[in-house]
This record gives sequence, structure tokens and C-alpha cells, in this order.
Amino acid sequence: MRLEPIAAPSLWRLAGLPAAALAATVLAGSLLALIAGADPLATLGLVVKGAVGSRFALLETLNRATPLIFTGLAVAVAFRARLWNIGAEAQLYLGAVATVAIGTAGLGLPAAVVLPMMAGGAVIAGALALLVPALLKTRMGVDEVVTTLLFNFIAILFVSYLIEGPMKDPMGMGWPKSERLPDPLRLPRMIEGVRLHWGFGLAVVLAVGVWIVQTRTTLGLAMRAVGENARAAAFAGIPVNRVIAQTALISGGLAALAGFSEVAGLKGALTRDLSPGFGYTGIIVAMLAALHPLGVVVAGIFVAGVFVGADSMSRAADVPSYIADIMLATALLTMVLALMLTRYRIRRD
Amino acid sequence: MAPATAAPVVLRLEGITKRFGTLTANDAVSLSLGAGEVVALLGENGAGKTTLMNILFGHYSADEGVVEVGGLPLPPGAPRAAIAAGVGMVHQHFTLAENLSVVDNILIGTEPLWRLRAGRGAARARIAALSRDFGLAVDPEAVVASLSVGERQRVEILKALYRDARILVLDEPTAVLTPQEAEALFATLRRMVAQGLSVIFISHKLHEVMALASRVVVLRQGRIAGEVAVADTTPAALAALMVGAAPAPAQIAPAPAGPARLRLRGVTTPNEGARPGLRGIDLTLAGGQITGLAGVSGNGQGAIAALISGLARPEAGSIEIDGREAGRGWSARAALDAGIARIPEDRHGTGSIADLSLTENAILERFTRPPFSRRGWLDRGAARRFAEGLIARHDVRCPGPDARIRLLSGGNMQKLILGRALSGDPGVILANQPVRGLDVGAIGFVHAELLAARARGAAILLISEDLDEIMGLADVIHVISAGRLSPGFARGTKTAAELGVWMAGGGFADAA
Repeated sequence: MRLEPIAAPSLWRLAGLPAAALAATVLAGSLLALIAGADPLATLGLVVKGAVGSRFALLETLNRATPLIFTGLAVAVAFRARLWNIGAEAQLYLGAVATVAIGTAGLGLPAAVVLPMMAGGAVIAGALALLVPALLKTRMGVDEVVTTLLFNFIAILFVSYLIEGPMKDPMGMGWPKSERLPDPLRLPRMIEGVRLHWGFGLAVVLAVGVWIVQTRTTLGLAMRAVGENARAAAFAGIPVNRVIAQTALISGGLAALAGFSEVAGLKGALTRDLSPGFGYTGIIVAMLAALHPLGVVVAGIFVAGVFVGADSMSRAADVPSYIADIMLATALLTMVLALMLTRYRIRRD
Repeated sequence: MAPATAAPVVLRLEGITKRFGTLTANDAVSLSLGAGEVVALLGENGAGKTTLMNILFGHYSADEGVVEVGGLPLPPGAPRAAIAAGVGMVHQHFTLAENLSVVDNILIGTEPLWRLRAGRGAARARIAALSRDFGLAVDPEAVVASLSVGERQRVEILKALYRDARILVLDEPTAVLTPQEAEALFATLRRMVAQGLSVIFISHKLHEVMALASRVVVLRQGRIAGEVAVADTTPAALAALMVGAAPAPAQIAPAPAGPARLRLRGVTTPNEGARPGLRGIDLTLAGGQITGLAGVSGNGQGAIAALISGLARPEAGSIEIDGREAGRGWSARAALDAGIARIPEDRHGTGSIADLSLTENAILERFTRPPFSRRGWLDRGAARRFAEGLIARHDVRCPGPDARIRLLSGGNMQKLILGRALSGDPGVILANQPVRGLDVGAIGFVHAELLAARARGAAILLISEDLDEIMGLADVIHVISAGRLSPGFARGTKTAAELGVWMAGGGFADAA
């Protein structure tokens, strides 16, 4: 078997294949519901209803999508330049640490000053967290897949140390968590009376921003050129190592904003379970979006919807919510295949 | 048109049409091959030769038309059918496993893996017999990695013969061979047709076609432009059929040396594996002249190209541009800023980025500067206009400036790369194998552009393995051998045979 590039994919390929991938995802969910002894259609109906069926459900989905959009963007930016950042989880946690550290320092400044400082601190922490593996890659040829992946464990253990030690909340009744952010330093709601914080707005704005950077700036072209063919980029005088380092700063900063938004928008304090793997799920989001920054918003909402919907469904019906993980795995595999088949055709030899 | 021979037809392609989207790669192409006949398939890049052969081998299925081998139609889109029917292909890029021996390479795919060992003795004997019968000298137990390009090609031919091929298709077989190796290949092919085998010979090189084939089929833009017996035609007539008009023979007036634009002084570079580094060479590129660098590939051409391109720095010695020494900051960017245009050897891997658009590839060397960059913002209008200008001036055939460059044929890709390199009116031009694998039309275009740059006063270094090209174009010729550089020989002062002695390492001070 071999792959043959397609010059101009037909509309059927562009629209039909992703639709088929979605159908396969639904089918996988139905089969699992059937195995669990429930009515597949009713189960899926409950998932959809739980995800988008009410104002509350929809807002819950958008809240859940927020960190996934940040980490999805981080992965999409890095992967586009072929910097394999598997460490969004670490960058998220370090962003959260910076957020809490600045927010609970008691600076005595107005919130309008401190909130941007918290976000900025998070971005710097995340950016530096990815710059180290990126420099190890460009200077010494160390594989960043390994370093960024292992960095996740270091970061989570570091957070554990902090919330058991120096950053532990003295009023926390012994629970391993940091002090809570004072109320003025929490992200405000986007619309009065609606439970959706500005983290979501920031995520969408940054998705558009990343898209503009990628398509309209010289840095974006350099990043894509390095990702597609680093040898040709170097030949054309593009400073490949510098572009990789710049990509690392942007990607790490975006992932760290997931930590900032979760702490300042939702949780209010740093805990060990701040992220149930948002950094890793961001890889799925980015791949589902074919690394397109605007697609990341859609994919982030889709993935969040499947999680939220499945949680809600499992409360109503007697079907485990693990169905969500399997549906997402199916969606990822079939969508990656579908996206490849829009550009290549398989030939049997 | 009827085939020019009376021999029984062994292969017939009838009315083959293949469309890719809006592009018609083959338009009602018919071709027949007689037993013991050599038919040459001639055409520019993108004329549809490769598509036609892919249809013959079932890699593509034709939209219309039939393929018949020995009178029986082949099922479309079934790659094993053509091989089973006795058609063998020798690709331009070899398909050998480098870490295996010659015998294993030939047996792989023909025998079940568990039987590879068992039938080896008999297989060896058969391979030995085939190589004796057809003059394909190669050690059956040698590991492919240790073989020369010519020997690897022989293995490919043996592989086809071992599978009982009666029809052999060779795609640009001499593109990678030295003149001596090409002669040996022709001798082999002549033996094969003498024993009743048939050959389809795909080539750009007119004199080879004239020497080997009995009949020539010329493709142009997917259609048959003509089918002639070699006895009834001339190279000029064939070239005219290919490109639609006879290219004017190059008349190159000698040019006096202008001021030295680029100098390598006592440059040494480290060895790269088996390839020797440069051993203290001095080279001066004078304005208004083409300096030719002749030599067998792998003797240090790559090191010189890397130095001038800014991809490497000398271990010892210096690079000077217009009298100024390139310091520690020597880089690809510095080379571009110093006005050095570079045409790389590998246009797919180094010269272009396959999945970026023509526009993006066109501005790749200068997009960080005005007018394409305005404080970091990409001026897409300026980029597009620049690309459209290149496409129009250099006759780049493409779907448009937004198309991925992957979709272009080699010749059109090279035209774009050439246009990109030359558009800044550079003072120094490095042309590394600029016409390798191109057709007559594109070769003429590239050479005309280099001569025009020479007339504007540029200093040009032409690196080529094709001695004819060097002798035809260069004002001064240097020969490189094992990292040493010969003195410069003025045009016409050395014959090909004399240069050949230098290429083989004779004439150097430390030669034995």
C-alpha cells in the first residue's frame, strides 16, 4: 500500500469523510450503550441533552471547553512547527502556580493591575517551561517528546510539594491546597448572571490571534516553513533554532493560560486535581482540529461536550461515563484517518 | 500511426486518457512495442511519461483506454498484473534495500521469506547466468550499500530479468551514470533486444535516444506529438517535437574576467564519513564569467556548495566576498545578504517546501524584509504580485500562485527556484546541478538565464557532473577530485579526455 497525494480534493472528500468519522464515533457510543444494556438512541440522546440540551448544560460545556482550547492551541502551534510539545500539562500547572503566587502575594494593587500580572506571570512560567526542552532539542539534540512528557511528572510533583509545603493554605484544615485567590482577583463573568467566565472569551480571542499570527505574520510563515521542511527553511536563511524557541515560548504560554483560567476563573485555588489531563486532551483537540487554531475552538467545545454530556448521561442512565473516553478515542482515530484521506488516496500495490 | 516494425507486438497501450482534476495528464495516448525493439519515450517534464508508465504498471487506472501485454488486456489498477505478465521497471530512484545483499534484494518479493535461504543456491546460479548472458557484472553476495550507482542499476535490471521480464521499462536510466557506465548499460540493452526482449527507454537525452532506440514516441502536454523511426529523424527534429520549436544552439562568446567577486582561500573542511573534505583549496569566481566545477560526484562539490551557500564555515582558510572576509557570522542569511544566489542540488528537499504554496516558496528567502514584511506583518498582496511576476517571467506552468509547489513538475519547480534566486540581481550565483533531471526545454531555459546573469556581470559557479554542460558553458573550468582543486583551465584549452584524467585524480601535485 502507498499514499498518493490528491491535487484538488473533491467536496465529497472534504465534507463526507469528517462526517463519516463523526458517524463512527456515534456508532461506537451506541455499541457501548448496547453492551451496557441500555437503549443506544436514548443514551446518546441523554449525552447530547447533557452537553447542549439546556442553558446550564451549554454553559457547563463551554466552561469545560475553556482549558481545552488553551491547551489545544498550545499543541496546535507547536505541532505546526514540528515541535512535539507533550508537556502542556506541566505548563498548565506552572501557569497555575504563577497565577496563585502573584494573586495571593498581597500586593495591595487594584485588581485591574494584578489580574494581567497573574496572566502575564503564568505565560512567562509556561513559556520558560517549554523553552528548556526546546533548547535541549536545538542545542543538544535531546528528543522533546521525552523531555516534555517527563516534565509533566516533575511539574505535578512540584505542585504537590508546594501545596503541602510553602504554598499550603494555613486555613485549609490540612487539605493539600493553596490559599484561595481574593474575590476581586477572580475572572469576572462574561455576562451578568451567567456562569461563564472571561477565560472562555480570552481563549476564543487567542485562537483568532494565533490564526492571524500563523497566516498574516512573517513569524507564522517561518513557523510553518520550519515545520514543513526544516532543511529547506534553513537553506532559505530562516533561523530554524530561533523559530523553534519562539514557537516554544508561544506554545508554553498558551498552555499556561489554561492553568491561569482554571484557577482565576473557576477553582480559585491550586490543587493537585486542577487538571484531569487537560494537557493531554489538548493533543486530541489539536489533532481533531487538524492543527487549525479556529478548528481548535470547535474541537474543544466538541470534546468538552462529550465529557459533560456523558457525565450527565451516566447520572440519569446506568451507563458508565467511561463511554466518553472511548467515544473520544474513536473520534480521534477516525478523524485523523479522515483528514489524511482528504489529502491522500490509498493505492494497493 | 502503424508501428514501424513488422515484429509481433508484445505491448500495446491504446487510447489511454488520464485526468487529474482539471489536468489531463494523458490524452488518448497510444503506443505499441514489438518483440526485440527499443522504443524511446521522449518528452519534457510534465509531458505525461511517468503517468503513462504508472498506468502500464497499474499504479493508476486509466479513465479511458486499454493496456495489452502479449495480446491479453491487463486489469486496470492491479500492480502485480503487469509484473506477472513479464513487464519489469527500473526506476530512476532505485528501490533496493541497502543493508541486504544483491541476491537477497533480487529474491525479496519473488520468494516467500521463509524460503529465501532454502532456494539460495539455485537462485545464485540463475543470477550468475543472467549477469553473464547480459553483461551485468555484479558480485551477488555484495551488500547493496557498498555498490556504486551503476552497479545498483544492474541489480535492478537483474531483479526484473529474474522475474522473467520480457519487456523492460527504464526511466531515465543514464541520469545517474558516468559516461562509461552508460556505455555498459547500452551494451547490456543491446544484448537484451538481440535475444528478443523489448525495451521502453524514457529519456531526455537526445543523443542516447538516437544511439539506442529504433523508434521514438514524443509526448507533449499529455498528447502524442509525433512518432518517428530513428533512421528518419535528427536530434534537432526530435527536440522540436518535444518543445514545439527547435531551440537555438547556444552561441557563447568568450568573456574576459571581471573583478573577483568571491574567493575561497586555503579552505579546509572536515571529512564527512567516506566523503573527503576540502584540502586547502583556492578558488576565485570572477564577475562576468561562468566558472565550471567538474568532477565525479562526492569529491567535495557538496562541501564547496555548503560553504558558498552559508550552510557551513571553513575549518581553516577564509571566504571573501568582494574583498571582505566572511567572519564567524557566516550563515545562509549572511550569504543571501551578501548577494549570493543559490540554486541547490536537491530542489525537492532543500530548494522548496512541498506543502507551502508557490507564493510562499517564492518569497522564502526574503519574506522577513520589505516589501513582504511590514514590521513583522506579511504583505500578502506584495507576495502574490512577486510570485505572479516570477510565474509569468519564467513561464512556470502551474495551477496558480496559491497551489502547493508539490504539484509542480521538476522543471517548473526549478524555474521557480531559479527565478527566486536570480530576482535580486545577485553578484554571485551558485548553480549546483541546476539542470539534473530536466528536459531539453527547461535545460535551455536554465542555461539562458545563467548566461544572461553572466552578461550582467555576475560571477557564476556551475557545479555539474555533466562534462558536456561544463565544457559548453564555462569560461574557466576547475576539476575537483578527492577534495583537491585543479588549476583553472580557460575554455577550449583542455579536451574532455584531459579533464577526465584530472577527474580521476591525475595531474595533482600529490598524485602517484
